[in-house]
Amino acid sequence: MALVHDVLIIGGGGAGLRAAIAAVEADPKLDVAIVSKVYPMRSHTVAAEGGTAAVIKENDSLEEHIKDTISGADWLADQDVVELFVKTAPSELIQVEHWGCPWSREPDGRVAVRPFGGMRIERTWFAADKTGFHLLHSLFQTSLKYDAIKRYDEWFATKLLVENGRCQGVTALELRSGLMQPILAKAVVLCTGGGGRIFPFTTNGAIKTGDGMALAYRAGVPLKDMEFVQYHPTGLPGTGILITEAARGEGGILVNKNGYRYLQDYALGKPLDVHDPKHPQLRTMELGPRDKLSQCFMKEREKGNTIPGPYGDVVHLDIRHLGEKKIDKKIPFVRELSKNYAGIDPVYEPIPVRPVVHYMMGGVHTDIEAATPLAGLYAAGECACVSVNGANRLGSNSLTELLVFGARAGRSAAAFAKEHAKLDTSALEIQAKDEQERIRKNFIAKMDGKERIATLTAEMRTAMESGAGIYREEASLKATCDKIAELKNRFKGITLDDHSNTYNTELTTALELENMLEIAETVAHSALQRKESRGSHQRTDHPKRDDEKFLAHSLAYQTDGPPRVEYKDVVITRWPPAERKYGDS
Amino acid sequence: MAERSITLEVFRYRPDKEQEPTFQSYTVPYREDWVVLDALNYLKDQVDGSLSYRWSCRMGVCGSCGMMVNGTPRLTCAAFLKDYYPGPVRVEPLANFPVERDLIVNLDDFMQKLKSVKPWIVRDQEQPISEGEYRQSPAELANYKQFSMCINCMLCYAACPVYGLEPEFLGPAAIALAHRYNLDSRDQGQSLRKDVVFGHEAIWQCTFVSECSVVCPKDVDPAGAIQQEKVAGALDLVKSVLMPWGSR
Repeated sequence: MALVHDVLIIGGGGAGLRAAIAAVEADPKLDVAIVSKVYPMRSHTVAAEGGTAAVIKENDSLEEHIKDTISGADWLADQDVVELFVKTAPSELIQVEHWGCPWSREPDGRVAVRPFGGMRIERTWFAADKTGFHLLHSLFQTSLKYDAIKRYDEWFATKLLVENGRCQGVTALELRSGLMQPILAKAVVLCTGGGGRIFPFTTNGAIKTGDGMALAYRAGVPLKDMEFVQYHPTGLPGTGILITEAARGEGGILVNKNGYRYLQDYALGKPLDVHDPKHPQLRTMELGPRDKLSQCFMKEREKGNTIPGPYGDVVHLDIRHLGEKKIDKKIPFVRELSKNYAGIDPVYEPIPVRPVVHYMMGGVHTDIEAATPLAGLYAAGECACVSVNGANRLGSNSLTELLVFGARAGRSAAAFAKEHAKLDTSALEIQAKDEQERIRKNFIAKMDGKERIATLTAEMRTAMESGAGIYREEASLKATCDKIAELKNRFKGITLDDHSNTYNTELTTALELENMLEIAETVAHSALQRKESRGSHQRTDHPKRDDEKFLAHSLAYQTDGPPRVEYKDVVITRWPPAERKYGDS
Repeated sequence: MAERSITLEVFRYRPDKEQEPTFQSYTVPYREDWVVLDALNYLKDQVDGSLSYRWSCRMGVCGSCGMMVNGTPRLTCAAFLKDYYPGPVRVEPLANFPVERDLIVNLDDFMQKLKSVKPWIVRDQEQPISEGEYRQSPAELANYKQFSMCINCMLCYAACPVYGLEPEFLGPAAIALAHRYNLDSRDQGQSLRKDVVFGHEAIWQCTFVSECSVVCPKDVDPAGAIQQEKVAGALDLVKSVLMPWGSR
């Protein structure tokens, strides 16, 4: 007997929990379920640090947040979506305030905001520097009050079940028992996060393997703008642990080996003294956007101005002038992480940092309602691409995005479920049996393989960094595409040490690698075909932005061979494409 | 220079195959900047893919990777090999929990207990979103902030001698979270949490050994939360005797 729900959400992070709550609030009679490969509070939303953006202060305006987001995106954001996003953001953040999120406060008890990169006005709400942690736990704990939300914790979704042109559920592996089961639903929402783990050096946790993107892609849904991968400029060398942008929002500076604030050499404005009351200046220097700051690091390295270290070159993030008291109050996690993982106390020493893969702007193609082209399938959060972020996401827009579009996806799915009561149960069960057999045959019962998961994973990551990193060009991208194709082929000869049922984490690691190879291929091919430079996608062989040809979203479709890449026009409403300018404040 | 190494003695248990748990000894390269989790990942990737454990963020915030390291509950992403050199390092699943497999324990009990304390804001009347945020002064925030830092890593349950003997005990993290909401100026649900928190299986079980607060990687101080709830519970008892029809 199959498990059946009205709305089924895959992924229990910020977007998934918000979607679940929105669906039951839309109609308390609906039966909503969350399938997650980890307990929800382990989801990677937990690691977001700096904050979440929404206009709430008197000196701010929706128009300014819209303009910052569109220019930050290098005009690849859909402007109708950005407008909706910015207008909905304040009420979503107030909602999670009402649900208990411990936002940092002004003396008068109102929510406090801090400056963030690429934003002309300070509008980033924060809970010290563990904003994602508090947001996730507030959402999770709030979700517990709804008895209509059923959870499948530590179940791994392996396939979308599609029948009659409609997504009607998934097959999922219960990790505890090793049983595969169909979980049927009238509507399905993907909220599985990004896939930073396709790269060797990333802030992303182990679970971020692009599972939902791969599920949708295999079901014929295009992945949009996959070539846009965000490098965060300040990761700790070695581990890739994130040092939040809030460190710069609070006044931290970046210096090269000569102690020089090198960003002034790259059209990001002029530095003010760190003790100048106007420092840090918005949209200037250290508060420039992430894509540009990461690119500046590469140029400094080329000039020989970076500092060699055991894990490659670094620059210094210096927050010493903030003083111990401010550091402990505003960015205590920065101090904790630096002490634990870099062995330095940033109160007394600068923090060694380098750019690190952080976020995927691309993802499952959705429209403004969070609907994918496949009926009954919705997506939200990092796994989706609703086109708010375009070619470069601004820091503190992603938590806002998962709330705004998580809620929207939940409501859209609820409405769809009510109109589509009938499920093709017997056909779906046959599909589920086939999937179960595939997993058994290709993994559990397979004894003749010789390729180790870790070897293929390492080779994939090296190839992605060498071809599809901060700077790209045709030859190395082609090499990466070829390498990924080779690895996909070798994956068929995979070997497992573990053939048991209970918590077979080697099996899930293999399934995650299969997903990662799929999305890595779309990143490399979409990057190869975008012959221009825009935002986070920088082609040394095509250094200019080309609005004639590429003011368009890429859509990667699965085929028998490499992905087929098509294009779709960007929605431009009131803000015509212009040059991106920073440092003019 | 010969590469240094360190021995890990890892608890193994595969219920499909084995009746009894065993310890398996592995030698891994010793690196100054490796944590115990790095050593486990090395083993899984290079030596024995069948070793099972939970992990994700490797920065001490997702709460997945708690294990017993040389008998003490630790986040393995924050337990450096250098602190155990020259070893051996004994790695076991968290104490006081049923073991599912290898280093993975069963969390069902905690998940139920967490829900039982109603860890959400309870209001007699919701303020409409259009009226903005609830005002909360920095002092009011500071009142509960520490108790909101719990990452549900379960180290406190593994350290708690009472939970070890009395699995019914509500336990440190769940009480700390109840306390967190009780202290939140936006919350009006303290009376709804009373039966669970002041009940027989909750705060009165605690003998104030404070091991929970010692092992907490986030300085939540669950022992302090339990003490404060005991004071509140005692006052509540006095009130109910003195003012049986009193307000709250």
